Amino acid sequence: MRFYQNLTISQKQIAWAWAFLALPVLFYVVIRFYPTANAFVLSFQEWNLLGARSFTGFDNYVRLYNDPVFWKVFRNTFMYLILGTPVSLVLSFVIAYHLDKVRFMHGTIRALYFIPFMTSAVAMAWVWRWFYQPVPIGVFNNFLATLGFGQIPFLSSTTNALPSVLAPAIWAGLGFQVIIFMAGLRAIPQSYYEAARIDGVSSWTVLWEITIPLLKPTVVFLVVFSSIGFLRIFDQVYNMTTNNPGGPLNSTKPLVLLIYDTAFNGFNMGYAAAQTVVLFTILLIVSLIQLRILRDR
Amino acid sequence: MKLMNRFRTFMLGAATAALTAASATTASAVEIEYWQYFFEARVTAMDKLIENFQTANPDITVKMTHFPYDAYRTKVAAAIPAGQGPDVVQLFYGWLNDYVEAKLIQPLPADAFPPEKIEAEFFPMVKAMRMGDNYWALPTAVRSLALFYNQRMFEDAGIENPPANLDELVEMAKKLTQKDGAGNLTAVGLTTGMTAQDHHWIREVLVRQYGGEPYLNDYKTVNYNNEAGLKAFNFYNDLQAKHGVTKAAFMDEPQAAFKAGRAGMHIDGSFRIGALESVRGLKWGVAELPAGPDGTRSNYASYWVNAITSKAEGEKRDAAVKFMQYLTSDEAMQIWLETVGELPAKPSAAMTDKNVNDPVYGPFIKGLEYAKTTVFADESAQRQVMVDMMQRVELQGQSMEDSVSEAAAAEQKILDEYYNK
Repeated sequence: MRFYQNLTISQKQIAWAWAFLALPVLFYVVIRFYPTANAFVLSFQEWNLLGARSFTGFDNYVRLYNDPVFWKVFRNTFMYLILGTPVSLVLSFVIAYHLDKVRFMHGTIRALYFIPFMTSAVAMAWVWRWFYQPVPIGVFNNFLATLGFGQIPFLSSTTNALPSVLAPAIWAGLGFQVIIFMAGLRAIPQSYYEAARIDGVSSWTVLWEITIPLLKPTVVFLVVFSSIGFLRIFDQVYNMTTNNPGGPLNSTKPLVLLIYDTAFNGFNMGYAAAQTVVLFTILLIVSLIQLRILRDR
Repeated sequence: MKLMNRFRTFMLGAATAALTAASATTASAVEIEYWQYFFEARVTAMDKLIENFQTANPDITVKMTHFPYDAYRTKVAAAIPAGQGPDVVQLFYGWLNDYVEAKLIQPLPADAFPPEKIEAEFFPMVKAMRMGDNYWALPTAVRSLALFYNQRMFEDAGIENPPANLDELVEMAKKLTQKDGAGNLTAVGLTTGMTAQDHHWIREVLVRQYGGEPYLNDYKTVNYNNEAGLKAFNFYNDLQAKHGVTKAAFMDEPQAAFKAGRAGMHIDGSFRIGALESVRGLKWGVAELPAGPDGTRSNYASYWVNAITSKAEGEKRDAAVKFMQYLTSDEAMQIWLETVGELPAKPSAAMTDKNVNDPVYGPFIKGLEYAKTTVFADESAQRQVMVDMMQRVELQGQSMEDSVSEAAAAEQKILDEYYNK
């Protein structure tokens, strides 16, 4: 008590701040930092969930480097990112840009775009999975067959499967991105547009010279946010390909699914931890690069 | 510790709490714990078995705890080394090596479970549970494969009996297949899907029927990369590629197609019976798997076993042994069959007139006599090898010969990594 009374006011404030922060800090240490550190250690060990953990040096990383499936999965993960992020951003911007001008049933249309975002990814993945099936149950192929076209093997083709899995993932995230874009559009002061109109500038120029540059903070946020989302894609892939996870022939398998498979089907925890460390590094690098490129000048 | 146990017991609910209270009153009472993963019929069956066992052994109480399948292995692994958890535990036969190596279970004492007696009484596939001079675990029930067929589709196609051999299988499948005007399949003669039970059918049944042996050296060496293997894989692949009587993953999952009445025949395990019984309007029958070209019959059986953990010592161990003896008795096996639909692990319980002549269980039970059990190092990885092998042929046009040798190499690598660590 004596000790506390001798503190200055600002020292007391700091003491109280830490007292209140103690709980969340403790929570983070136990729930986040400890497991993360543990995963790093585990990546240098061998462990089958039963029995003891033994150190194996860099074996797991060497094995990873020599594993053709890992490189295939690595490419897939970036395909999800490279296709997913730009497509979803362009789509959501176009929708937001036009939706912003619509007055008729504005709220309803916006809600329609937002509903997929609120739907459970698992339920949605299964519905799309059935959409994609061949005749007689798949709605897309039934439609094609009715019109007299041949069937498209959506999920059972090594080239079509990845875009087919990606489509519902993009669709599901669209609602969120549209809302963020619309908030960004509303935040642009009307005076710029008025000035442009007085100068008689074309609407194309308005879009390129005013709207898009002023949306930059929004774009930065969405690019980083959706990139991390696509790099971590799992639910859609796993649920649309449960019988042959990440198939056919690993053509849709993302890194997270490989990690899950190694850990909880192969019970190869050390190897899975090494894959996790790689994923962590990729996420870190991609995020840093994007923040740097898109940072305000 | 004791307090924690009491508390947990209390949390488990009134019934168990009452049992604990009852056991606390008798001075010499022993309480042992039994763990299994959650599957409703299994839990119900085990409740019944525990009740019967406790009536016969009033000084022993058995407390059952169950977990979701996903969390099961982790919990067992964490609890036993800490001196907690089960005295008797259920595990998949394929996990035995891992459990023995991690010292989670102890061998069954030879005086209570003499190996010669086990080998005389149980179906031969149970031999996989023997390591050295001891048995380490024993099943109550086993599962095998059989051919489900749609009786209505058979009638419409004018077929009287299910196929007896592979040639008949193909011929009947052709008659049962239905296509629309554009040539799209609307009903398949036989379901196929490597991701379901077909990889077992190929490995242990087709390869053997074409004169091969899928593995050598106690399942440590792959042996299907030869003429017999090729014949078996080609037969399977031709069903779709040549005869057009099926399509891999038709209607997403083979059992879904059969349930919907859009598949004439479907190969599946005895665990599917319960799900099919509840389908309204579907008339189905069961037959033994078709015999091979030279009349060879084979089948694949898998099972869950019970074992005594290394944690059980002294009187708890004695109680656990008694409980294990009850779990492997004919009476327990019949209860398990009637509650869960899994087949008794001993011919004496399985091959009763009533069971063998049962139109549904009969074909499965007959299959047990000649069933083989694959010893897997990593079942899902080894299944994936088979799935990829077929898809390389179907989707990438690889020749069956190349694909099989690639698969054999990949599977051998999995086995080598597992056994030579």
